[in-house]
Amino acid sequence: MSSPEFSNPIVRWIEYRLPVFSMLNHELHEYPTPRNLNYMWNFGSLAGFCLVIMIVSGIVLSMNYTAHVDYAFASVERIMRDVDFGWLIRYIHMNGASFFFIVVYIHIFRGLYYGSYKAPRELLWILGVVILLLMMATAFMGYVLPWGQMSFWGATVITNLFSAIPLIGENIVTWLWGGFTVDNPTLNRFFSLHFLLPFVIAGVVILHIAALHQHGSNNPLGIDIKNKGDTIPFHPYYTVKDMFGLGVFLTIFMAVVSFAPNYMGHPDNYVEANPLVTPAHIVPEWYFLPFYAILRAVPDKLGGVIAMFAAIAVLFVLPWLDRSPIRSAKFRPVYFVLFWVLLADCILLGFCGAMPAEGIWVVLSRLGTVYYFAHFIILLPLLGLYERPIDLPLSISKPSPSGTSA
Amino acid sequence: MTLKQISSSLFAGLILFASASIPASTASAAGAGKETACTPKTLPTIPEQKWSFQGIFGHYDHDSALRGFEVYRGVCASCHSLNLFAFRNLSALGATEDEIKGVAQEYEVPAPPNDEGEVVLRRALPSDHFPKPFPNVKAAAAANGGAIPPDLSLIVKARPDFEAHIPKILGGYMDAPAGCEVGEGRYYNAYYPGYQISMAPPLSPDAVTYNDGTAATVEQMTTDINNFLAFVAEPKLEERKQTGFKVIIFLVILTILLYLAKREVWRKVH
Amino acid sequence: MSEPVHAAGNHDADVGMDEGRRDFLFMATGAMAAVGTVAAVWPFLSNLRPAADTLALASTEVNVASVAEGQSITVVWRGKPTFIRHRTAKEIEEAQSVNLDDLPDPQADAERVKPGEAKWLVIVGVCTHLGCIPLGQKTGDVKGDYDGWFCPCHGSHYDTSGRIRRGPAPANLAVPPYEFLSENVIKIG
Repeated sequence: MSSPEFSNPIVRWIEYRLPVFSMLNHELHEYPTPRNLNYMWNFGSLAGFCLVIMIVSGIVLSMNYTAHVDYAFASVERIMRDVDFGWLIRYIHMNGASFFFIVVYIHIFRGLYYGSYKAPRELLWILGVVILLLMMATAFMGYVLPWGQMSFWGATVITNLFSAIPLIGENIVTWLWGGFTVDNPTLNRFFSLHFLLPFVIAGVVILHIAALHQHGSNNPLGIDIKNKGDTIPFHPYYTVKDMFGLGVFLTIFMAVVSFAPNYMGHPDNYVEANPLVTPAHIVPEWYFLPFYAILRAVPDKLGGVIAMFAAIAVLFVLPWLDRSPIRSAKFRPVYFVLFWVLLADCILLGFCGAMPAEGIWVVLSRLGTVYYFAHFIILLPLLGLYERPIDLPLSISKPSPSGTSA
Repeated sequence: MTLKQISSSLFAGLILFASASIPASTASAAGAGKETACTPKTLPTIPEQKWSFQGIFGHYDHDSALRGFEVYRGVCASCHSLNLFAFRNLSALGATEDEIKGVAQEYEVPAPPNDEGEVVLRRALPSDHFPKPFPNVKAAAAANGGAIPPDLSLIVKARPDFEAHIPKILGGYMDAPAGCEVGEGRYYNAYYPGYQISMAPPLSPDAVTYNDGTAATVEQMTTDINNFLAFVAEPKLEERKQTGFKVIIFLVILTILLYLAKREVWRKVH
Repeated sequence: MSEPVHAAGNHDADVGMDEGRRDFLFMATGAMAAVGTVAAVWPFLSNLRPAADTLALASTEVNVASVAEGQSITVVWRGKPTFIRHRTAKEIEEAQSVNLDDLPDPQADAERVKPGEAKWLVIVGVCTHLGCIPLGQKTGDVKGDYDGWFCPCHGSHYDTSGRIRRGPAPANLAVPPYEFLSENVIKIG
């Protein structure tokens, strides 16, 4: 890339010593991007925006929050009542978590559909899964902070998962709690980690972007960039497109914050934590429900915990399970079907996770769990061997020989 | 293909979104439980009510909520605390500074230790929170046959049936079905989980006297207390909905402009 | 969706906007986005202001009936120590007889007390230099060279009217807004 000439002398002075301006220019301005990205590609930058919203609102909230079992609940309610715009920032943070997951899940399924995890973007994908794991840990610990009934019992149930580890499980749980039950030390360390982890996420996001910019974005056709005609500069094309997407996102987000802020929450979390009374139904936040269903689908304690973690772990090795050289599901007639079945399966698991673990729901969550793993471990490797793809177009800018289905 | 894919991805997003509603629906279904001798044969009818605070332009019925405060302090306050409520909060319902001061002065709260180190009571100020009926949970349980009257500050947000909860509980008292054994100190209530509640039917006609001359029927008091407690649960609701409406209008216009700008920029690519 | 570029609307490719309308569109969009950004920052800044419960505690009522002549009490007003001194006739005389031209921050004693209530001096007990609490409230405290208060941090001397007389402090001890609700009850703030 040619080094751009800057006319502003201050910019030139800095650039000579620290090439930030040419870097910004290269990564955000001239960065060649496939010209055919659809709106599914908006969700990456949206996720980054969500992270910023969460960090900013979180820092401001922490200035009025008290991480102590006697004061946490009241301090959150004080934010909601007495602190200027506290209600707004708290609801932004609370619903922001849900929207962050909505955006990231769409981003992940976009990657699955268009084969964005395939060579040479395996590390890009793996870093993304790392971000997902960190988000889950952060969201889980954040949900404990308001110290409502669901906070307390969610923390109790999830930390107890580790007691499934043979021999040292109980010791690990005691160590996690810093006591013999979820209590003040637990709340304090969760607050500390909940504050720290978003910055770790930000760090991994930088790596994620660095890996992305190494080979550039994948695209709906899943074919490599062949010539200059296949690309357009990131700015202004995708900056303005991302801004438009952001506008749509913010409109929906603020509508929920303004008119249905507790829609995705649980009424029990407006009852202060009581270590002596468990609510009738403990349900995790919606974004954990599919994993919760997998946990409960396995009738063995240790087995359930392993299955739940394996459900994410399998994503790490996905680039090597899917052996098909074709990326986009557009040109893989069988994978196209499997993709939608997998999405339906995940939604089914989400429903199962919300329902009491009895009757038909147990059966459905077991079927769903088996299918989930079968998709990745059995169907994808087989597909790589037997699927006959549709002919690929020659390049992004040239019409395809077989024509893309319209 | 374009439209189809946008719609299918939107659909996926909606499903993810919709699955969020599941916990609430399970929770309300859970109240039913298994059929027993105590399962009510017919439920007392609770009149469908449109609450003024619902909807995009929702706001509290200030007069009703102020009357509800009279019901709270005249009836509920002898057992139920309202820890998150301070007298000064009444100003959001249109009470004047002098009225709030006058109400606060009727109550006493512990003062900081005096020069002799004793904690004495002083007259409450608008900045004080409403005094609790019991000093601690144990005292509350001891005075109520083991049952702990819940704090009412967030009750409207903390029950799966939200604003319908209090009218249901207040209107749910009835004779137990034949064969249903109601425990000592318990009352049969068709809308309470397990049907046996430790709270005696709290409202009777003219349990309080309204200053504005409104007749204190049980229905009127139920409506008023629910308006008041909805306000205490979410005091910033009016500000939130009003601000939100303006924000949404702004964002819709901005998004349309961004769309037009995007279309203009991308025209060059053709 | 394979070619959103083409799908975006072929029919306007030939219509197109003229230069002027195009520039106006971009400027309007940019301006609106800028306004939105500023508006979005506002709640976060406003969030840092004193909260409603803090502001509600902004006034304090004090009963001074038990404060004997020559005694002082310290009450807390807005989290700050506030000195209330029941001055003796000698102290009042000292405070009133000072030549204002000798003062670093000239102010008559009459401006620092309520009319007819010269025996009560109400001042915020925070040194105007760097915020330490001056000595002089308790019997046996060092009261400084002017029989009022003395700040031990950097040696500021205040007189019986709480005025700075010597030392680095630039201004007199502040008089908070207060009023007598009755003969013995003072409402500060």
